[in-house]
Amino acid sequence: MLSRVADSIYWMSRYVERAENVARFVDVNLHLMLDAPDGADQQWEPLVNTTGDHAEFEKLHGKPTQHNVIKFLTFDRENPNSMISCLRAARENARSVREIISSEMWLQLNKFYLMVNDAANQGIDSPHDFYSEVKLSSHLFNGITDATMTHGEPWHFCRLGRKLERADKTSRILDVKYFILLRSVADVGSPLDDVQWAAVLRSASAFEMYRKRHGRISPKGIVQFLLLDPEFPRAIRFCLNSARDSLHALSGTPLGTFRTNAEKLLGQLCSDLAYAHVDDILNGGLHEYLDNLQDSMNLVGTGIIDMFFAKRVPAPGKLRPMEKTQ
Amino acid sequence: MQFSNYDTGDFFDEMFGEDGAPRAAARPLARNIESLADGELLALQKAADSAVVQMGITFNVYGEGAGMEKTLPFDLVPRIVAASEWDRIERGLKQRIHALNLFIDDVYHSRKIVKDGIVPEHVIASSKGFRQQCVGLKPPRGIWCHITGTDLVRHRDGQIYVLEDNLRCPSGVSYVLENRHLMKSLFPKVFAASKIRPVSNYPIRLRDMLEFLAPDGITSPRVVLLTPGVFNSAYFEHSFLAQQMGVELVVGSDLVVSDGFVWMRTTQGFERVDVIYRRIDDDFIDPEAFREDSMLGVPGLMAVYKAGNVALANAPGTGVADDKVVYAYVPRIVKYYTGQEAILPNVPTYICDEEKDLQYVLEHLPELVIKAANESGGYGMLIGPHSTREQCADFAERIKDNPRNYIGQPTLALSRVPTLVGDHLEGRHVDLRPYILYGKEIFVMPGGLTRVALKKGSLVVNSSQGGGSKDTWVLADQPITESEDAPPRPLPAQVQTQAMTS
Repeated sequence: MLSRVADSIYWMSRYVERAENVARFVDVNLHLMLDAPDGADQQWEPLVNTTGDHAEFEKLHGKPTQHNVIKFLTFDRENPNSMISCLRAARENARSVREIISSEMWLQLNKFYLMVNDAANQGIDSPHDFYSEVKLSSHLFNGITDATMTHGEPWHFCRLGRKLERADKTSRILDVKYFILLRSVADVGSPLDDVQWAAVLRSASAFEMYRKRHGRISPKGIVQFLLLDPEFPRAIRFCLNSARDSLHALSGTPLGTFRTNAEKLLGQLCSDLAYAHVDDILNGGLHEYLDNLQDSMNLVGTGIIDMFFAKRVPAPGKLRPMEKTQ
Repeated sequence: MQFSNYDTGDFFDEMFGEDGAPRAAARPLARNIESLADGELLALQKAADSAVVQMGITFNVYGEGAGMEKTLPFDLVPRIVAASEWDRIERGLKQRIHALNLFIDDVYHSRKIVKDGIVPEHVIASSKGFRQQCVGLKPPRGIWCHITGTDLVRHRDGQIYVLEDNLRCPSGVSYVLENRHLMKSLFPKVFAASKIRPVSNYPIRLRDMLEFLAPDGITSPRVVLLTPGVFNSAYFEHSFLAQQMGVELVVGSDLVVSDGFVWMRTTQGFERVDVIYRRIDDDFIDPEAFREDSMLGVPGLMAVYKAGNVALANAPGTGVADDKVVYAYVPRIVKYYTGQEAILPNVPTYICDEEKDLQYVLEHLPELVIKAANESGGYGMLIGPHSTREQCADFAERIKDNPRNYIGQPTLALSRVPTLVGDHLEGRHVDLRPYILYGKEIFVMPGGLTRVALKKGSLVVNSSQGGGSKDTWVLADQPITESEDAPPRPLPAQVQTQAMTS
């Protein structure tokens, strides 16, 4: 397929996933704040930190409050990573590849964008209902993608983008808790702490599945589950494994070997997670571990761009006229 | 909903005869509309409107910045064409396209038609669409305009006239296909009761035609659709057609010329391209051959085309016959190449470049329509009866300054079709653009884009100037054969269900 098209599909998929995760970030914090004891200071700054846009935020809004953080992350058209900006970018990408994706996918993405756009213009009555609907719309888009698109090259680009983005965002959701913990060390192990960890699980739609796997809520179990679980679909390891499968399906390189930098880096990450022990991670510092992980995932992303989307010029005399790959 | 208050006025109405009763072909539809409860038609129209937004059937308007996507208003009362009438239109279009192709070929080769004194040399030489680069060119299979969207209008006299030929990159066919799709879901019963000829196989026909143009020796040619990009006003259509044909949609930077062939950049390396359905104007397709400042095209494309290693549809240079002065000669062109009288007449046209016609035009400006020879989209024209004295005087000056650039035509009373206005139906003026494909044979799509001027009394149907569209139903006098429409369904196998547990 065309490099430009692959590029658009990959980013369409990443941006939809990013928009969904904004809903998850905000929703988890709304819940945390509801459960916080009276007078507990509203902690909205960590949210801006975890999305990596704090410099931008300070420039536009100054001191973080519930109102301006939610606005910044959700409806701020100036913020390139806000939900509305992500959906706009996803839709623009989709619009430029409408002939490649299925009509159903376009229809759903267009409706999704229009729904959030209306909310941006008219305001929202119930934040919880709104963020739930965003999550649902994204799930619908992914379900439609899997059910209506041939699982060939374009689909693998979709999955590659979606899974890399999700791995990155799950790591940031885990990090939200880290930033909040820092401020309330006294609460560790208290009932309030349990409530907070449960909210983290809920924000990754992981609460029930976690209960089935680990039963008791414990920080260790939760890190194990969201970071290292090979079967839970929002776990980082699960996401990176399926991203790796798609990358190799696209390049044709056998699994376990590599030809490009992206394949090498992603393979190494998957191996690391397969042999990592949760105690080692916690001892070394969860935040530091997640930080490294995010850096490595960014390098994988750069490698993918270089591998598939970069514009090249043919060397004269190297092309054979009858060469075709279809 | 009743038609009792519907007034056909002093116009030809496509749905109702002079006696006020529905025309034979329109009876099932009229009955269906009359059987609807008050407000039901309006509800259906609203459903159609929101479907259009959700499906993203949009066009872009230049220079409007953010929110520049607009939908083409769609009116759900269709235009109906009887089988016998369509038969004549189809024959007329085939004859006209056949003759125009011979004319264009002649223009770029021996110019027999000039030597025989039918069309003056200076008219051809001064046509804006004439391309010196195409002189001596032999397009694949000898065809120049593969895709044509001829504009037809009906006057008060009931006669169908050709208004424009549109031999370059006619747009709008995607609306035809999407409008039909919408109508089938809104009026399933009427479709069952009327024999409406399907249009849905157009993309297949289009692809077959394009593959037919591929260089010799290529068994499964790679066809691409070249678009100026996502900001072009017709981008939705480009994307839609590529999807429906199952071909790649490319922009100029996806393609590269090397070793005498055209290649596209893919994730797996470079792949050869054999046929390009280009929706970029001649001037922009190749900065090496045409405009140097074009960022949209593919450098070196024209050389590959001339060498016969890639096909372009339409061929460059066809615009020579889109000039409105050349248009005035088309009946003579048809006669010259085919030996027959044109089946579909032109609108009578005064050529300002000719002394006698110029005199007439200047004396009768308030009753004529004046058009610039090389403009389209409803721009650069004067509708005499709807214009002020100052506007007429202004045009008179422009015509005297450059008579070659203007033609005059009588103001036609375009026929009307009932159109939903608020909660009731009123007549609105329409034209019709059928699409014609010229490959192994000439194929005329049964139907086309009916454009409607939504403003009361307006004669301008262009989407950029307040026009909308309607579905066009061409009726068959035979039942629709299965091969023409969807294949019959086989009987379903037994459905398995979950085993009951107790």
